[in-house]
Amino acid sequence: MNFSSFLLMRQEIILLTIILLLLVAEISISKSKKQSIVHLAIFLFGIHTIVGFLPIESGKLFGGMFHSNELVHFFKNVLNVGVFILLLQSADWLQEKVVDENKGTEFFILLFSSLLGMYFMISAGDFLMFYLGLELSTLPVAALAAFEVTKRISSEAGIKFILSAGLASGVSLFGISMLYATSGSIYFDDIITMISATNLTILGFVLFFAGLAFKISLVPFHFWTADVYEGAPISVASYLSVISKGAAVFILMILFFTVFKTLMHVWENIVYVIALATMFIGNLFAIRQQNMKRFLAFSSIAQAGFILLGLITGTQLGTATIIYFVMIYIFSNLAAFGVVQAISLKTGKENMNDYEGLYRTNPNLSLVMMLALFSLAGIPPVAGFFGKFFLFTAAASEGYYLLVFLAVVNVTISLYYYLLVVRAMFLRTSDQAIPYFKNKLYMRLGLLITVIGILVIGLYSPLYDYIFELSKNLN
Amino acid sequence: MIAGISIYEILTVTSILFFIGIYGFITRKNLISVLISIELILNASVVNFVVINKYLYPDMLQGVIFSIFIIAVAAAETALAVSIIINLYRQISSVEVKDTEIMKY
Repeated sequence: MNFSSFLLMRQEIILLTIILLLLVAEISISKSKKQSIVHLAIFLFGIHTIVGFLPIESGKLFGGMFHSNELVHFFKNVLNVGVFILLLQSADWLQEKVVDENKGTEFFILLFSSLLGMYFMISAGDFLMFYLGLELSTLPVAALAAFEVTKRISSEAGIKFILSAGLASGVSLFGISMLYATSGSIYFDDIITMISATNLTILGFVLFFAGLAFKISLVPFHFWTADVYEGAPISVASYLSVISKGAAVFILMILFFTVFKTLMHVWENIVYVIALATMFIGNLFAIRQQNMKRFLAFSSIAQAGFILLGLITGTQLGTATIIYFVMIYIFSNLAAFGVVQAISLKTGKENMNDYEGLYRTNPNLSLVMMLALFSLAGIPPVAGFFGKFFLFTAAASEGYYLLVFLAVVNVTISLYYYLLVVRAMFLRTSDQAIPYFKNKLYMRLGLLITVIGILVIGLYSPLYDYIFELSKNLN
Repeated sequence: MIAGISIYEILTVTSILFFIGIYGFITRKNLISVLISIELILNASVVNFVVINKYLYPDMLQGVIFSIFIIAVAAAETALAVSIIINLYRQISSVEVKDTEIMKY
């Protein structure tokens, strides 16, 4: 083993370097110039995102604990772009509220450590690395959820998240121990050859799946989602709903399509039921929400249900459509959260009826919000339609007609509540409409990138072909 | 390996421990007790790993190594949870579950 093979974990090494550089910067920058930490972090992470697009070799490290290939590398780039947009959108909040309390660097270090954990989780080649990555990605987020220490609601979100996450990882570990008992190894490569559908394996698999389903907030495990999103700072809620969920979907897909491929006749039924429950409960509960953060929380639960439609196929088409859908979901949801964040920062308002008459005072923001909601709902010209369409095609091509039909019913339900927001913004007038305000450069840049993403990804077909080509690595 | 005790007895004990943990997580009224229940679940998995390693696959040390990592991570998790609970206590002077219900449905 020579040192050049460490280049396989280039992304991890660069991110770790950024974390260390920020620590040094925190010590060396004087208190009056602390604002520059935000610029520094965004600049460094921007370079990291661009460097990430350079090609990387495939291979294994540490005796198979860590593996990397083009598909995994692409996942990491998608997460990078998402986090970069998130940083742009939260820069104003950080500069106005957080840096003054001398907590700016903390925010970045916690956020980047969590991202580092996700890298390791996606690249994992055995359950030990997977578990460590999972915990490294979860624990900093709990600290971030309880970030506003003077607010009761934020601490409440933090404690709810850490306790539910602890239970989920504990149950998941018990499942892993059963898988270890039946296959005699914790390495994915060994388990693939040893696994068979015995009772103990299936019990272990179900317990293990419960832990991951918690991270994606699938239905029996979704109770923490709305509370944590409402209590946590908006940047953190956005991070949880987009990046954290995306990473968990990626690793779930990798595990289902490689390690647990033999158990497909078992997990097909489980995923079928959970997909239906997730879509219906997410959509029906979203209708009665007034707080925008809770509203987006239930909408993100419903979107996770749609993702399972691609998972159930177990084919290359399914893989490609899931990745494509998650990409579009990242851009659309970030746009919606960005608008909520901009308004909440300027006025402190987060309820749906505060948005009435927004189009007359802030036409640009309401246009971004409308595009984001249309993309989440799946209305044709924007990317979300293509994402959903491909997912439904993939599921239908495997013969799940009833499931696809019920999913289409759910799209209709979701259209209702997404349009409630659009109606409040465009058709209603209000005396207490939010007055006109101008966003700072970072926020405008962040929203612009998401809008470009929403409009372009759907129409630029070489991207889908590229993803389809990459998906061969998995099947 | 312990003479006279088979793997079945130990696995029964760990399974009971696991379900006591789940039961405690659901029924306890105090946040610290909920945290202790999570520790029970994690410890059940730790014992599981060591026992399976020792009895079934004694030539490799994967399970033992895994259990050491679980203990370390569990300590970090508990520290973080306790610090958040302390922060909550400063604001509401209570660590009861029923006092953390201002967000519902």
